[in-house]
Amino acid sequence: MLKVENLKVSYGNIKALHGIDFRIDSGEIVCIIGANGAGKSTTLRAISRLVKVEEGTRMTYDGKNLLDFPADQVVSELGITHVPEGRRLFGNLTVMENLKLATFARKDNDQIGKDLERMFGIFPRLKERENQKSGTLSGGEQQMLAIARAFMSGRKVMLLDEPSMGLAPLLMMNVFDALKEINQQEGTAIMLVEQNARLALQFSARGYVLENGNLVLEGKSADLLNDPEVQKAYLGG
Amino acid sequence: MQLFFQNLINALQWGSFYALIALGYSMVYGILMLFNFAHGDIFMVGAYIGFGVATGLTALAAMGALALPNWVILVLTILISMFLTSFVGMLVERIGYRPLREAPRASAAITGLMIGIILETGNLAILGAQRIRFPSLIKSTTYDLGGVFVTNKKIMIVVVSLVLMLALNEFIRRTRWGMAMRAMAFDYVVIPLMGVPLNTIASLTFALGSGLAAAAGILFAIAYPVLDPYIGIIYGWKAFVAAILGGRGSIKGACLAGFLLGFIEIFVGAYMPSTVRDLIAYSIILLILVFRPHGFFGEPHSAKLRL
Repeated sequence: MLKVENLKVSYGNIKALHGIDFRIDSGEIVCIIGANGAGKSTTLRAISRLVKVEEGTRMTYDGKNLLDFPADQVVSELGITHVPEGRRLFGNLTVMENLKLATFARKDNDQIGKDLERMFGIFPRLKERENQKSGTLSGGEQQMLAIARAFMSGRKVMLLDEPSMGLAPLLMMNVFDALKEINQQEGTAIMLVEQNARLALQFSARGYVLENGNLVLEGKSADLLNDPEVQKAYLGG
Repeated sequence: MQLFFQNLINALQWGSFYALIALGYSMVYGILMLFNFAHGDIFMVGAYIGFGVATGLTALAAMGALALPNWVILVLTILISMFLTSFVGMLVERIGYRPLREAPRASAAITGLMIGIILETGNLAILGAQRIRFPSLIKSTTYDLGGVFVTNKKIMIVVVSLVLMLALNEFIRRTRWGMAMRAMAFDYVVIPLMGVPLNTIASLTFALGSGLAAAAGILFAIAYPVLDPYIGIIYGWKAFVAAILGGRGSIKGACLAGFLLGFIEIFVGAYMPSTVRDLIAYSIILLILVFRPHGFFGEPHSAKLRL
């Protein structure tokens, strides 16, 4: 349903992505693994229309040309949402305000109410801290809020940039369990970008390996986990 | 004591002008990390638009086409002018600043100065060099409060300013648009990821700031009814100082600092010769900034300009 072909991105003279092809199918969980600087975050930013793509890039979502939509409409019209690296919550706003801001362009008030209940069901901690400034939350709570906020803004495809970063293992498991719940119950497709390759491959159904702006491998995550090359380069031998 | 209260009232009046203008500087800086150096000239344009609207309305009233009491004409003048001037602000953002969103901040600052000059000289070209007289919308009455003389105009100016400041504060605290503005001040890069159109919020911010500058312009013209195309420069710069003193993007800060500026100026002027008034007043402010470089309510903020 989300199909990307020949994605090319440059920052000035530096080529970040050399023309990569990938797809995200409805309701699936996919991951991109790769080293620091391989172009993982850039890939997500390109889908979210936060960086300019070069001539020749084709991106379609449900038959619509993604390049016709500015960044805010990728979220509000297409339902493709993005949890950025480092979460980027609005620390000066309360938990509730962060969630409400994400529904800025939505008009389906009934569904907004239901979605909010759903998120508070999955993340009861957020309900407890509803009126607290999001800047005062712990790291795990912040990641939960970032995910809940993304879900409130667009529920079809969720792009996650390093969700495990800075989280203790137990919290990390909570976050990934919640993501699985959202994926299974709401049908939200998830694209995950991770430096923690083992975690990402265990969590996802399919995976891509990105090296220096090129996709060098793709396949079922289970197969990638057993691939000697992948094991050597990303799974610590 | 009487002298003190007399000065206090003048300080409140001048503080109102500075605070209303400072709000526009502060909001734009807070949200787009941009000093809108054309803002003082928006204040001037607002005063001139107010002049046009007031002249039109009083002419209509004189012809009998519009039987309205003077205070209604005054309120209408302020509201219509605020509305019209907000479009000038949005236009400045659209043409001058939006294309430079990714450019170095210095480019935007230079553009702002240029837009200011265009607004001044454009006005000069259209209306000529002679100063214009703002129509007298309310009859001046002076009240003697135990030796302190207060005019109805001064009271009106301060009350209208405070009402506008409170209205702005409510808007920013309670509406979803205000919430988007607060969020954008914190981190504008991720605003589109919330499905919020960044350009719309930028336009709104310029509209609000320009509307308030127009209100300041009209209130100023009611107190000092002679207008020329360069009134925006000196008051604009002073209000800019107030915005910095208040702290980045802080509504509360801009208002308080605007009034503080009025107080310092008037009280320094009360005891010092007028030739050194601004020298001393702004030295005091410089001194405050040495100890509080981020202003009263600004936080040391490492701007996140990228994702």
